Amino acid sequence: MFEYAPAPESRAIVDIKPSYGLFVNGEFVDPKEGGAFKSVNPATEETLAEIAEASQADVDAAVAAARTAYQKVWGPMPGSERAKYLYRIARIIAERSRELAVLESIDNGKPIKETRDVDLPLVSAHFFYHAGWADKLDHAGFGPQPRPVGVAGQVIPWNFPLLMLAWKVAPALACGNTVVLKPAETTPLTALAFAEICREADLPPGVVNIVTGAGDTGAAVVSHPGVDKVAFTGSTAVGRLIAKSVAGTGKRLTLELGGKAANIVFADAAIDQAVEGVVNGIFFNQGHVCCAGSRLLVQESVAEEVLDRLKRRMSTLRLGDPLDKNTDIGAINSAEQLTRIRELTEVGSAEGAEPWSPQCPLPDTGYWFAPTIFTGVQQAHRIAREEIFGPVLSVLTFRTPEEAIEKANNTPYGLSAGVWTEKGSRMLWAADRLKAGVVWANTFNKFDATSPFGGLKESGYGREGGRQGLEAYLDV
Amino acid sequence: MFYDVYVHSGRLYRYARPASDGPSAPGVAPYTDGHGRDGWWSGGYEAPVSPRKIAIMTSLLASGEALARLRGLPGVDQVGLEQRAAGLATRSIKTTAKAWAIDTAIGMVDLTTLEGADTPGKVRSLCVKAMRPDPSDPGCPKVAAVCVYPAMVPTAAAELAGSGVNLASVATGFPSGQVPLEVKVADTQAAVAAGANEIDMVINRGAFLSGRWGVVFDEIVAVKQACGAAHLKVILETGELATYDNVRAASWLAMYAGADFIKTSTGKVSPAATLPVTLLMLQAVADFRAETGRQVGVKPAGGIRTTKDAMRYLVTVNEVAGPDWLTARWFRFGASSLLNDLLMQRQKLATGRYSGPDYVTVD
Repeated sequence: MFEYAPAPESRAIVDIKPSYGLFVNGEFVDPKEGGAFKSVNPATEETLAEIAEASQADVDAAVAAARTAYQKVWGPMPGSERAKYLYRIARIIAERSRELAVLESIDNGKPIKETRDVDLPLVSAHFFYHAGWADKLDHAGFGPQPRPVGVAGQVIPWNFPLLMLAWKVAPALACGNTVVLKPAETTPLTALAFAEICREADLPPGVVNIVTGAGDTGAAVVSHPGVDKVAFTGSTAVGRLIAKSVAGTGKRLTLELGGKAANIVFADAAIDQAVEGVVNGIFFNQGHVCCAGSRLLVQESVAEEVLDRLKRRMSTLRLGDPLDKNTDIGAINSAEQLTRIRELTEVGSAEGAEPWSPQCPLPDTGYWFAPTIFTGVQQAHRIAREEIFGPVLSVLTFRTPEEAIEKANNTPYGLSAGVWTEKGSRMLWAADRLKAGVVWANTFNKFDATSPFGGLKESGYGREGGRQGLEAYLDV
Repeated sequence: MFYDVYVHSGRLYRYARPASDGPSAPGVAPYTDGHGRDGWWSGGYEAPVSPRKIAIMTSLLASGEALARLRGLPGVDQVGLEQRAAGLATRSIKTTAKAWAIDTAIGMVDLTTLEGADTPGKVRSLCVKAMRPDPSDPGCPKVAAVCVYPAMVPTAAAELAGSGVNLASVATGFPSGQVPLEVKVADTQAAVAAGANEIDMVINRGAFLSGRWGVVFDEIVAVKQACGAAHLKVILETGELATYDNVRAASWLAMYAGADFIKTSTGKVSPAATLPVTLLMLQAVADFRAETGRQVGVKPAGGIRTTKDAMRYLVTVNEVAGPDWLTARWFRFGASSLLNDLLMQRQKLATGRYSGPDYVTVD
């Protein structure tokens, strides 16, 4: 037997401080009211650091700093000068990518191979891409001399902590806005490392402010009257609350919310690669992906073969220490999320769907969930409708292409979809009919700074990335 | 007097076999795995295909059923396949796993010399190295086989006699295969008669690319017959087949026709072995076993030069075909310079420092 020996990436490269303050006006400051919470390593349940909890007063200070920076420094600065700062930030991120990848793995629980090969390359690419736009906004298709919006209040989730920061901060800064950003309470460490990078890059004080905290802090940011634009990525439930609080205020809003994406495998697909795509679609990042392919729609004539192959492939997935370079599936981000995954999978079994997991010993400490597929799932089952946000795949079958499209679209969400067929005409036919912001053709979970990303229906509105993503941060 | 049977264009031919022709020539031991395990070969190999079975298989093919099966194989998505290979290449093999993998890889090497300039002296030197790759360490495993041209087989057979190292010969008009079938069969018979117990044949790429898959099939069946008990590796020359769909079809065609191994390349065409092509062929042998119950081996050849490359191949074998393929019985590396890199890495693991190229032998 070929047993892979442990191959852990060294932790020594990161220096986690015992406690962190808030990043306001270019300085790390203590919160005005002294609250704090802990960030935990979900793979070991070890406390990593104490994090300051920002109150309304702290958010006031952050918004004020952002406003001043916007009016005095960043707004008036020529785009060519802003670009220099963004290029500098992009380079520092690329240079420190190993350190940031390790830090992200420790704080989030995702495997190092993903932070190293996916998250961090995309983060620096996002800054490089938007740095290029900063002095070319006249040519972005929004008319001559488009103006920035002002102060952006941004709230991001825990599934791709630094990447979501990049998706929010890079376009905002490139377009001349300043930001107040709230990272997720379970994964604040890379955002705080980014604050250090802003200082290293000599970014003028107040252009980027980072206020840590939980839901109350986030509410204070989005409802703050000094904020001109709100950007949120997270659950549809919270998105609804934000949309309500912003309604009638004149603030601009973009929301990137949940999903229940269908991955459609036609009988004429390249089966082995389709199986790879299904695995990547749902088990990448432990399924903590809003655009995860959480519903597999497979044509009945090949369903058995696809399931056999899927099970064989799942048996080779390696779950464990996120810092081990051979780990495919890391830890669930929090005890709370693990509880939600367990609840919904229990509902799935109770409703009559059949769960299956490969032989997969789970570590004793930390939050873990074995990769799981449910077969015999019907459209009426909750696990076919609700976002589980974990490594759980619901398998449904279809008989005709029309039925596949109908089932795929039969969801309140509309973020992403995947289609697997070797027949070009069928691919185009399907892509035309799927109601989703992104349709992946013979691939899944492909991201690129140049490509706009966002949802339809209850998956939100607005686009991030690409030329189209600039619109949210320009007064057009 | 006994006969060899071969098939050409769907028709059976019989050839009288010379009396000296036999599956094991004097002086060459039966197959071993190079690790002194006895009997691993017995029962592992099928008896030569019977004329009736050939007729059935051929008639199936001629009737279009088997051909239709090949044409009905699912397509291969190039991007997805290459992405999977790239993902497997990031596996990190360290310490004990690396030590195991290096020894396993050494035992899987088909140490090869296929040059116009090959001489008996050169072949003898290669054989000595094959039997004792690291003169400073008797614990170092032997390689699986030595692979030479047919003319060099007698020299190699004399040298390897009783060593447990197998003797492979390329045949069938290697490397292009552009010779008449009669010559391919005679080439094979001569190599077997001279003592080769493994034959590395090339498929007829001209026939394959022009869509005459039946011809390719018949030729493999004929060469398999000519091999007798010798073990047949079928070289697809994937660099000339150009598409992954072709590689998958050719893999299945060779396996249906009786190949004991499918092999990527001659080493004379670029690209030779690549990780995605090998991955695809490993998928094919796993699928073939699931369908027919018969296990077929895989041999990437050409362009694998470093220990790091070899580790990536072993990881791919492990995760795609499965651990059943992780022995020299089912997986080989067709290589020459790879062995010295494996030996240097092996010494590094043992001593903690790099010894340098002067501490491994040149051949």
